[in-house]
Amino acid sequence: MAAHRCNIFMLVFVLCGLTYVFVRADIEDTNHVKDAESVAVDIAPKANIGASLRSTKTEDQTQAAEEERQWEATEVKEADRVPDTMQTPDVPPLTPAKDQFQEELVIRPLHSGDIYASFQFRTMWDTDFLRGSKVSHYRLFPKSLGQVISKFSVRELHISFTQGYWRTMQWGQPFLPSPPGAELWVWFQDTVTDVDGAWKELTNVLSGIFCASLNFIDSTNTVQPSASFKPLGLGNVTDQRFLRYAVLPREIVCTENLTPWKKLLPCGSKAGLAVLMKSEKLFHSSFHSQALHFRPVCQDWKCKSTVWELRQTLNVVFDLHTSGQGKREWSLFKMFSRTVTEACPLASSSKVYVDVTDNPQGELFELSPTTPLLSQAVVLGDRRTYSVYDLTNQATFGQTRSLNMLLRWRAAESGDMLRPLLHGERYVAGYGLQTGEIHTLMYNNHPYRAFPVLLLDTVPWYLRLYIHTLTVTSKGRDNKPSYIHYQPSKDRLRPHLLEMLVQLPPNSVTEVTMQFERALLKWTEYTPDPNHGFYVGSSVISALVPSVVAMDTNSTRECPLFSSFFPCKEESSYFMRVYTEPLLVNLPTPDFSMPYNVICLTCTVVAVGYGSLYNLLTRTFQVEEPSPGLAKRLANIIRRLRGVPLL
Amino acid sequence: MQAKAGQFFSSGHTNNWAVLVCTSRFWFNYRHVANTLSVYRSVKRLGIPDSHIVLMLADDMACNHRNPKPATVFSHKNMELNVYGDDVEVDYRGYEVTVENFLRVLTGRLPPSTPRSKRLLSDDHSNILIYLTGTSRWNGFLKFQDSEEISNVELADAFEQMWTKRRYNELLFIIDTCQGASMYERFYSPNLMALASSQVGEDSLSHQPDLAIGVHLMDRYTFYLLEFLEDIHPASTANMNDLFKVCPKSQCVSTPGHRTDLFLRDPGNVLITDFFGSVRKVEITMETINLTAPMVFSIEIIIKNYCNQ
Repeated sequence: MAAHRCNIFMLVFVLCGLTYVFVRADIEDTNHVKDAESVAVDIAPKANIGASLRSTKTEDQTQAAEEERQWEATEVKEADRVPDTMQTPDVPPLTPAKDQFQEELVIRPLHSGDIYASFQFRTMWDTDFLRGSKVSHYRLFPKSLGQVISKFSVRELHISFTQGYWRTMQWGQPFLPSPPGAELWVWFQDTVTDVDGAWKELTNVLSGIFCASLNFIDSTNTVQPSASFKPLGLGNVTDQRFLRYAVLPREIVCTENLTPWKKLLPCGSKAGLAVLMKSEKLFHSSFHSQALHFRPVCQDWKCKSTVWELRQTLNVVFDLHTSGQGKREWSLFKMFSRTVTEACPLASSSKVYVDVTDNPQGELFELSPTTPLLSQAVVLGDRRTYSVYDLTNQATFGQTRSLNMLLRWRAAESGDMLRPLLHGERYVAGYGLQTGEIHTLMYNNHPYRAFPVLLLDTVPWYLRLYIHTLTVTSKGRDNKPSYIHYQPSKDRLRPHLLEMLVQLPPNSVTEVTMQFERALLKWTEYTPDPNHGFYVGSSVISALVPSVVAMDTNSTRECPLFSSFFPCKEESSYFMRVYTEPLLVNLPTPDFSMPYNVICLTCTVVAVGYGSLYNLLTRTFQVEEPSPGLAKRLANIIRRLRGVPLL
Repeated sequence: MQAKAGQFFSSGHTNNWAVLVCTSRFWFNYRHVANTLSVYRSVKRLGIPDSHIVLMLADDMACNHRNPKPATVFSHKNMELNVYGDDVEVDYRGYEVTVENFLRVLTGRLPPSTPRSKRLLSDDHSNILIYLTGTSRWNGFLKFQDSEEISNVELADAFEQMWTKRRYNELLFIIDTCQGASMYERFYSPNLMALASSQVGEDSLSHQPDLAIGVHLMDRYTFYLLEFLEDIHPASTANMNDLFKVCPKSQCVSTPGHRTDLFLRDPGNVLITDFFGSVRKVEITMETINLTAPMVFSIEIIIKNYCNQ
């Protein structure tokens, strides 16, 4: 009796499993962008079926139960919300969960009254496409991106879209810096033979995925930096032939870029922290940056195998005064016009961190609802304390089933903020439309330590740099860089590339100046609005900056995502990248109605001049008698008849 | 049963595409972007998916720094209707909207690395809606980004290329610009229907300014077209004759024109949703196809398609 029931259950379950597999295969073929979302929808009911089936099992049917648990082991691990109390610990899972997804939000009040919110979503993809095996099954990792990465043999991909400029002196350091506009840098695998061809196709494909004009990236704005932009993931590929870097300072960011970016997340914008990302509030801010970072990392502390990590980050700074209301008070609802109601069911961890370092006893601002969880992290060279809200725990949401954090300021004065150690500025000097000078200022605000920085400058070919006028001065004296890599530009082919390693003395300003001459473009090369000006991309300053507190080099501990982006090799310093402002220069612009004017004038002159000359040279004059009177004509007729000369 | 099925599939199209182009740049041409986005919104609402829409916007108004409400584009004053929305995919934007790219999209002659979302992958059973809006100061051309123009002859030739390459089944062309009727004067390919917002010699006017935003929000013809389309739902039976009546001279100040002489069917039998919506249809075949022999399979398909024309 019991055995008979067991057989029926097993048969039903096997049929369900098979139909599910076939249905999933169909969905994947037709709908590649929505794949991640369909996965999210399909897994939840499957786990529920599994739970209900499991609860009807009795002790006698251990054989069937074991088999069924082996079938379901993958699904149960991903749907973390379903408590798996029934699973016996001594049954090893057949296929361990390969993909993992974590989400977090960090909220940091800034000294100027603004508030900085940083979302990070990390998807780990355990796959082996390097060895040529084609990947056809995608779970949490977005299929559209996975196919692009395996087709072009990409090792690392970093792309960011930013609107606004990060004000380091008022806001401190960002967790993940990015320049205004769009920036893309890619490390290809060393198996790629034609890197330029792959780069061109990759930029076109990415422009389709992100609805951005990345197809404007070509050889005139792509460079191969030799020392900056070393790989951020694993691997010892350091041949710069496989690196490409391009920046489009003119690129705008709007909802059409946010929409496909959100669709790459496993839960989309339907559950978890991504529901907060509403474009009307996100773009009404002082700074908005969304980025995507793909790189190989160690799977665990033993580092026996590599997994591929995809980090999607969104940094936004909300302005106190444009959000209305004079008093200083911030809440999730005021920032995003939404509250969080649940964590993403596919996430293994979902947390919100609020920076309370300046508020140890609650005297500066009041944070509600209160949370008992506190965490300390060493990030950007400083030890910060965070209040943590764990969204996977239902108790966080309380009675209202939604989380809306409120920060209300009590004291008016907030004290001094920690001065950022490294800061950069850039501007164009000079007058007129022929020549000019680029000045880059690098500030070292450390009171007694000097450290070297790597400066990368990419200047378009139409600003002809005179490198013999390059001067680097600190504190009034010449400062000779220890490493210079300069690649001159070729008209219409490639831009200038200048990389320098400069030692910054403590508590000083280092100024780098270069003179340039503006070129006159061909009239078809001007944009439709040339009087706006032409953009020059930001300079990149990369440095290992001395840290105030000991950095955590131990990568085995579970640390929050925002503190583990840049790899940390030594305790006394941390890696930092600073972007300067982009430049806007006016090129000598012709009057575009001149071709029409010139044609009219030339044709008129030619017609009048040539016509007159031709007439003068070739016209002959013939004298013509006026016709004689009637009498004379008659007389002439008679004379002709007689053969006598006419009158 | 067979006859009924035959009646149901009488229009002959199996998929719908839309190419929506805004050709003008600068903040004071906000209304052209709002025009295009309101047609985009209607077309999406009636069922055409983003993968079948090629949207070209020559300038960014939503995230423009002059916009007092970022990430929004309004069509009605007092900010009633946000036509930009939360889920929009712009395929060609900014400097990419050029005459060359527009003609390449229409004729399909794009470089091989162009992504799918930027291509018009229509076939001979596609109904295509093409909507153009912008400025044109004189007779016979439309300005792109204030620096180049497309003439009516070029457009007519592009449509002829599309016809010879079998890239459309039926095509509806709508243009909202000054002297719009001059743009469809030169068409000569079959199965084209055209609508314009004004006749030759007339200017198309804008509808209403919004004092907070500071510019005119929509053009009159597209404003009343949007109002008409808001009443259409995917199962609606409104036909083209209703569309021709949109925006009479009393509302539009200019006289909208239309051209149906190249169109084979009677406009009264053509549903609005044939062009603005996306009704998926299926082709029935009574033959069996042998899939095991690939060479023979392809020849059979070619003969079958040829005979069915």
